[in-house]
Amino acid sequence: MKHRKIVALGLLCLFGSAVLPLQSMLQREAQAAHFQKTALSINLRERIGQAGFLAALSGFRSPLAALLWIQAHTAWENTEWGRMAGLFETVTTLQPRSLPYWDMAAWHMAWNASIAALQNEKQPSEAIRIRAQRAYIQLGRDFLERGILNNPDRPQLHLQLGVLLRDKVEDHCAAAEEFLKASKYPDAPAYAARFAGYEMAKCPGREREAYDYLRKLYEEGEKQRLPSLINLLRQMENKLDIPPSNRILSDVPNSEN
Amino acid sequence: MKSAGATLAIARNTFTELVRQKVFFFLLIFALLIIGNSAFMAKFSFQEQFQMLKDISLGAMSVFTSLIAILATANFLPKDMEDRTIYTLLAKPVPRYRYLLGKLLGIITLLACATLLMSALFLATLWLRESTVLAETRAQMAGGSTEELAMAVKEVTDATFNINLLPGIAIIFIKSALLASLTLFISSFATSSIFTILMAAALYFIGHLQSTAREYWLSGVDVEWWSRLLAASVAILFPDLQAFNLTDDIIAGTAVPLALFLNTAGLGVLYVAVYFALAALVFSGREL
Repeated sequence: MKHRKIVALGLLCLFGSAVLPLQSMLQREAQAAHFQKTALSINLRERIGQAGFLAALSGFRSPLAALLWIQAHTAWENTEWGRMAGLFETVTTLQPRSLPYWDMAAWHMAWNASIAALQNEKQPSEAIRIRAQRAYIQLGRDFLERGILNNPDRPQLHLQLGVLLRDKVEDHCAAAEEFLKASKYPDAPAYAARFAGYEMAKCPGREREAYDYLRKLYEEGEKQRLPSLINLLRQMENKLDIPPSNRILSDVPNSEN
Repeated sequence: MKSAGATLAIARNTFTELVRQKVFFFLLIFALLIIGNSAFMAKFSFQEQFQMLKDISLGAMSVFTSLIAILATANFLPKDMEDRTIYTLLAKPVPRYRYLLGKLLGIITLLACATLLMSALFLATLWLRESTVLAETRAQMAGGSTEELAMAVKEVTDATFNINLLPGIAIIFIKSALLASLTLFISSFATSSIFTILMAAALYFIGHLQSTAREYWLSGVDVEWWSRLLAASVAILFPDLQAFNLTDDIIAGTAVPLALFLNTAGLGVLYVAVYFALAALVFSGREL
């Protein structure tokens, strides 16, 4: 029996050594397909505690992230913005490939927390309230930018960053760039390209480029010929003094949409 | 042929015995977990709901199958020895490895049934939630254009069922079969089921760190020799269980390439075969 145990141990070592290159190859293959990229650091260990870290190490990253997300939701109900931000940080570290987590974390920070900070009755100084509001918007932007770095193969977070830059930062040039990036993905929704054009039109110095871009979309056919696009094209044709012969078809009805 | 028949009979018997031990009662807990989860999640957005339903359900599937694999396998050998059925069996012309193979097949069949039943429950819940959300979406978008409605519907369906969930579930099953085979190997030389369970649980955790140890060792970082030796021992002696954790990223929407799935499944089957062969080798010389 003892002899067999030693033989078994020897065979186990042989097998372990032989399978090592296969395991390394499989790991590289998995990482190339965006699997197993989560970095479990000491910093994360401090945030989720020993039991949580052990669970994350044992293949239970996603259930742990879900439980922490519920805690973040409770923190939202209690308007504990700082705690929420910390929990979002942890959840997105645990599940960096999960788009709803990045998206919702950014939305809570840039919309809910920023408005709450601006309307904070306990803070008499308006300057401080505005500064806090900007800090939360920046936090939301950070979430989306890091989400994009972790998900370079998907358009959704570019779209959300475009919306944030458009509505909260009012940086139309940067918003146009994000919508443009989103529109280049094969699975991007059709509105991504239109939004890029709309924002480009508001970007000083890029009006002509925006007109040409929107005109190109218009030429793509009925799918892109929405009232808002047609109206904007008409306005730009007047503004840029486009010759009548080059303008979009005159039989297109004017719309207020 | 006769031996194969004996193996199948042992497998069938093992499966029946485990079912009689009310192993499937865990399904009730699983059902409560996912139904309770989906009822509780109503206050979240549909993307969050589906994300968490998948997180909790697949996590629970992984926990339950791993627990069944370790506990059922660790128990059968001491139990057969205690009630002396092993002596009756091995007194017949049944080779020891056939006895072990039958037992392992019985446990793997149980794991397959458990995985199928949990998957059916999970997919049914997902489908029901999706139907509810789709009905709500259609009602909300009743006045909108067809394009907008199609986009909203696509957003909901994209967030629910994803074909990649199926290979993810298959890998959960293969990982549990691997754990059963590994536990069988431990129990082939262990003297008690407690020892087997503790060892298997420890190996479960170490197995998840194996890839870290392997990378550390192979990267050739200039550290103390004993530290490298330790990393090398972990890398060589233990299975890489982290390779079987694809569901975390599948839930997040990452697509599984066919080659990755086949290679991972192949590695799992290889582990099962090797641990079984080692268990048979040790068990063939064991004094009963």
